Amino acid sequence: MAAVEAPDYASGPRWRDLNRIFQREGGFHKDDDEPYNPEAQREFIKNKGKILVIGAGGLGCEILKNLALSGFTDIHVIDMDTIDISNLNRQFLFRASDVGKPKASVAASFIMSRVPGVTITPHYGAIQDKDTSYYSQFTLIICGLDSVEARRWINATLFSMSDPNEPDTFVPLIDGGTEGFKGQSRIIIPGLSSCYECSLDMLTPQTAVPICTLASIPRQPAHCIEWASLLEWPRVFEDKKLDTDDPEHISWLYETALQRAREFNITGVTYQLTQGVVKNIIPAIASTNAIIAASCCNEALKLMTNMHNYIDNYMMYTGDEGVYTHTFQHEKKEGCPVCGEKKTTMMEVEAEWTLQELIDKLKEKPDVQLKRPTITKNGKGLFYQAPVQLFESTKANLEKKVNELMQSGDVIDVTDPGLPFSVSVEIIFK
Amino acid sequence: MLGILKRREQQAANKTEGTAKKTRATAAQLRAQRDISELSLPSTISLTFPDPDDILHFEATITPDDGYYKGGVFRFNVNVGPQYPHEPPKVKCTQKIYHPNIDLEGNVCLNILREDWKPVLSLHSVFIGLQLLFLEPNPGDPLNKEAAEDLRNHPSAFAKNVKNSMMGGYVKSVSFDNVLKN
Repeated sequence: MAAVEAPDYASGPRWRDLNRIFQREGGFHKDDDEPYNPEAQREFIKNKGKILVIGAGGLGCEILKNLALSGFTDIHVIDMDTIDISNLNRQFLFRASDVGKPKASVAASFIMSRVPGVTITPHYGAIQDKDTSYYSQFTLIICGLDSVEARRWINATLFSMSDPNEPDTFVPLIDGGTEGFKGQSRIIIPGLSSCYECSLDMLTPQTAVPICTLASIPRQPAHCIEWASLLEWPRVFEDKKLDTDDPEHISWLYETALQRAREFNITGVTYQLTQGVVKNIIPAIASTNAIIAASCCNEALKLMTNMHNYIDNYMMYTGDEGVYTHTFQHEKKEGCPVCGEKKTTMMEVEAEWTLQELIDKLKEKPDVQLKRPTITKNGKGLFYQAPVQLFESTKANLEKKVNELMQSGDVIDVTDPGLPFSVSVEIIFK
Repeated sequence: MLGILKRREQQAANKTEGTAKKTRATAAQLRAQRDISELSLPSTISLTFPDPDDILHFEATITPDDGYYKGGVFRFNVNVGPQYPHEPPKVKCTQKIYHPNIDLEGNVCLNILREDWKPVLSLHSVFIGLQLLFLEPNPGDPLNKEAAEDLRNHPSAFAKNVKNSMMGGYVKSVSFDNVLKN
């Protein structure tokens, strides 16, 4: 490695290629609101843009490297995992001596030691531990995640914090994902594009084996492993939670599954398969990660600099059938619980009204038209039509004054048999 | 993006410290709210909410009015996860009962709780499905193999075993919880 030099954006060799890209606007790009200005764009990347990378695994390593080399200087990375020896074949920011250390901090210091002028701030923890005040500080978020749950969470969080009146709260998301030879990258812009929740139906449902098959007639090695983790573990260790990262726990499952397999003359239960089944491990291929990360970072550069149109809005790569990629506009789903139909409407009320009066007026409101509304605020019940117990415990609220139950500006969630999903109503006191 | 950022900067400059964060109900909560508020349950099924503000964790009680299990009161813990309705709710029987499709730990073998779950199903379907297990226990999908064999081969002995077990007695040296109505 040559000595680390301070970055020279104007003429240094490290920026030569990037400068060439910045020199001119992409051929098909047209944006009258923001005429292309190479100087401003470079300045923006260098001093203003702040990117969060979620996940420092296979995709995350590639993304961090690409971003740092693309000239971004303020990058944050969050990951809740520590480095496992099996990561080393593709997660190239980690070495054997790093095994056991948090991925986020090792990745951050490795990149900073190689790329001059970039600051990477690591966070070792779960994304759910941070709130919207954390996420709203970023210009852009890129995800390299391996779970549906985490994607849904960040998607819903970014949508819930985006307030059309406050540009400060609006953070675009680029989501990368790979599985074997296949991958995808997509851009999710709160309020403009479809969201992750809209495409949930496209996911292949996990194939589940009937629990009675596991219990009485296992046919495959995986059945024995599932039996061990799903039925035997809770029976033997009543209150101890199974930790799939604990080698002792996995060993126990492996031994138990192996014994069961023998009873049923099933072969093929191995320690690795046990780990694969209980942790739901999918094969990861380094070149797929590289391609998808490149696409994500390309889009990040385009989004942030306005030099070219970004994809609208979904790119699929099917590497097992060739180098073909397919880009299409994934449309918003009507009635999507996160971004769709869930209308937010406003209603002016008298602070002195009772909740019953509010409900009566709500029923008359032409843009909602309700029959038997149930009302909650932040998940807490204000009034339930059914079942009996919740009706009984909330009916006293009907007589209460509106200003005892909420403040002006609060949002209540209303569900009703006549609605496809739910309506949010912002309550404003007259 | 630059335009957005300019506006963002102005906002940040004008913004006073400590603006209140808005917490919103999650998709799972809203869907559960909808499912629960639209339930019209038969008198044989009732729900209890230990914390009425937490509609994702509650207890369902089934009191079959017919069949082998008539006279019993069967309690289940229902746990609606953050992935609901993408994933089914988790349901476990809190009593030790003698039933072909429910094991001694309370695991329930019901197709819609696992392999046949679909997001278009609702909590209502789950409760009706649970009730069906008591009206028509199914020896074809055994989770308690002995109970299933009894039901298939010796229905009258099975009926007697159910009676014994519901009173808190023994069936083949296994003791069961008393689930009879008081």
